[in-house]
Amino acid sequence: MSVLDAGDLRRAQTRIAHEIVERNRGADDVVLVGLYTRGLALARRLADAIAEFEGRDVPVGALDVSFYRDDIGLRSVTPTGPTEVPVDITGRVVVLVDDVLYTGRTVRAAMDALTELGRPRAIQLAVLVDRGHRELPIRPDFVGKNLPTRVGEDVRVRLAEVDGGTDCVELRDAPDEPDEEASA
Amino acid sequence: MKHLLSIDDLDVESLTELLDLSEQFVAVNQRDIPKVPALRGKVVASLFYEDSTRTRLSFETAAKRLSCDVMTFSVAQSSVKKGESLRDTVQTIAAMGIDAIVVRHPAAGAPHRIVDWIDASVINAGDGRHAHPTQALLDVLTLRRHRELNGLRVAIVGDVRHSRVARSNVQALHMLGAQVTLVAPPTLLPESLEGWPVQVSFELDDVISEVDVVMLLRMQFERQQEALFPTVREYTARYGLTEVRAERLKPDALVMHPGPMNRGVEVAAAVADGPASLVTEQVANGVAVRMAVLYSLLGSGASVA
Repeated sequence: MSVLDAGDLRRAQTRIAHEIVERNRGADDVVLVGLYTRGLALARRLADAIAEFEGRDVPVGALDVSFYRDDIGLRSVTPTGPTEVPVDITGRVVVLVDDVLYTGRTVRAAMDALTELGRPRAIQLAVLVDRGHRELPIRPDFVGKNLPTRVGEDVRVRLAEVDGGTDCVELRDAPDEPDEEASA
Repeated sequence: MKHLLSIDDLDVESLTELLDLSEQFVAVNQRDIPKVPALRGKVVASLFYEDSTRTRLSFETAAKRLSCDVMTFSVAQSSVKKGESLRDTVQTIAAMGIDAIVVRHPAAGAPHRIVDWIDASVINAGDGRHAHPTQALLDVLTLRRHRELNGLRVAIVGDVRHSRVARSNVQALHMLGAQVTLVAPPTLLPESLEGWPVQVSFELDDVISEVDVVMLLRMQFERQQEALFPTVREYTARYGLTEVRAERLKPDALVMHPGPMNRGVEVAAAVADGPASLVTEQVANGVAVRMAVLYSLLGSGASVA
C-alpha cells in the first residue's frame, strides 16, 4: 500500500529543508549527515534544496553505524559504505538524516559514531517517516510524515537515485523481517 | 564461519567480502580515534608457541580497536615450561571465558585440534609449514589496493618449502585470478607440488622482468635442519632481490615481504625501503584484515557466511 507518492515526498523534503534553516537561523553552521543508504540520498536532496532557496552550500557527510550497533552478535551486521564527513563537526550543528525512524537504535548508534568524529554543538534528527515503536528516549526534530504502524508491518522508502523508478513510501506486511529499519 | 584455520575455509565470495570489510577497517584506522565499540565485552586470547612480533601485535591491536579485551599468553613465562600439554593449556585458558583464541604453533594442524577441545573461535596465526591465512589476506588486500588481481603475475621467491605464507598466498592469489610462479632452488621447494596451481622457475633472472609483483619469503633458518643451499652469499647471488636485479623489474612492479626481513639475504635494504616496496603498507593493512576476521567470526557471521 502506497502511503506517500513522489509529490508528497517532494513537498515533505522541501518543508524539512526550510524547517532546518529556520530552526538554526540560517545554514551557516549546519552539516547534514546521512545514514546509509537512503538517509544519505535524502541528505543530498536537503542540501540541494537549501542551496536553492538559501544560496548556501551545506556540507553533506555519510555515516555507517554498523560498528556502533548494539545488536552485533545477535544478527548479521554488515557495513554498507565508508563513513565520510568532509568537515570538522566540532562546534557545528549536525543534522542526522534517515529515511525511517523506528526503534531509535540506529540513531543511538549514529550518535555514538558521530561523537568519535568530534563534538558537535548540537545534534538534530530529520526523518522522512516516523513509524513509532521507539525503544529508546529519542525524538525527531524534523519529520516528513508520522505514520502509525503495527510492529509486523514493513515501511519501505523508495528513492529514484537509490532504487530506480519513482519516489514513494509503501506500507506492507512483512512478518519475516520486523527489523527492516535496521538494515535500511 | 566460526573459525579461520586456512584459506581453504573461504571461497571467492567470502574472501572478497572479507577484503571489502577490511577496507572499512582501513578507513576506521585512519581516523583520529581509530577504535569502534563493535565487539565490546568479547575476550580474545593470544597463544603463541613461536616467536612473533608483528602478527601478535597486529592481532592484539586489531582486537583492541574493536574494543575486545585481550588476554596475552606468553609461552615462555607459563606452565608450558613445566610440561603442560597444549590441550590442558588451551582448556585452562578457555575455562577463564574467551570468545576467540589466536594460535601460533610450530606443529602443522595444531589449531585444527584446538577446535575440537574448546567452544571459542580459533584463528590460525601460523601453524608449522602449513598455513598463515591472515598473512595471505593482508597480502591480497594490499595488492588489491594497487592492482587488479585477475591476470596479475606474481613471483613468490625463496624458501617456499618451509613457508606457510607461501602456501596460503598461493591459494588466495589463485582464487582471485592471479598467476603465481614459485621461484626457488629445487631444495627449497616442497617435496611435491601436486595440486598447487603454480608455475615453477629455478632462476629469478628468468622471470624478473616479466612479473608484476615480487613477493619475497624469509629464509627460515630456524626450520632448516640440513644444508639446503651452499652458502647464503650464493643464494643471494641467484635468488636475492639485489639492487642490480631490481633494475630489471618492470617500471611499475611491486615488491612485498611478509617480514621479518633478512636484509641483504633475500632482499637488498635499498629495495626493501625503495618506492616499489609495500612492506610497511602490508603491516598497516594487517591490522585492518585482522579486525575484519575478528568482526566476522565474533559478530555472528556478519560478513562471512
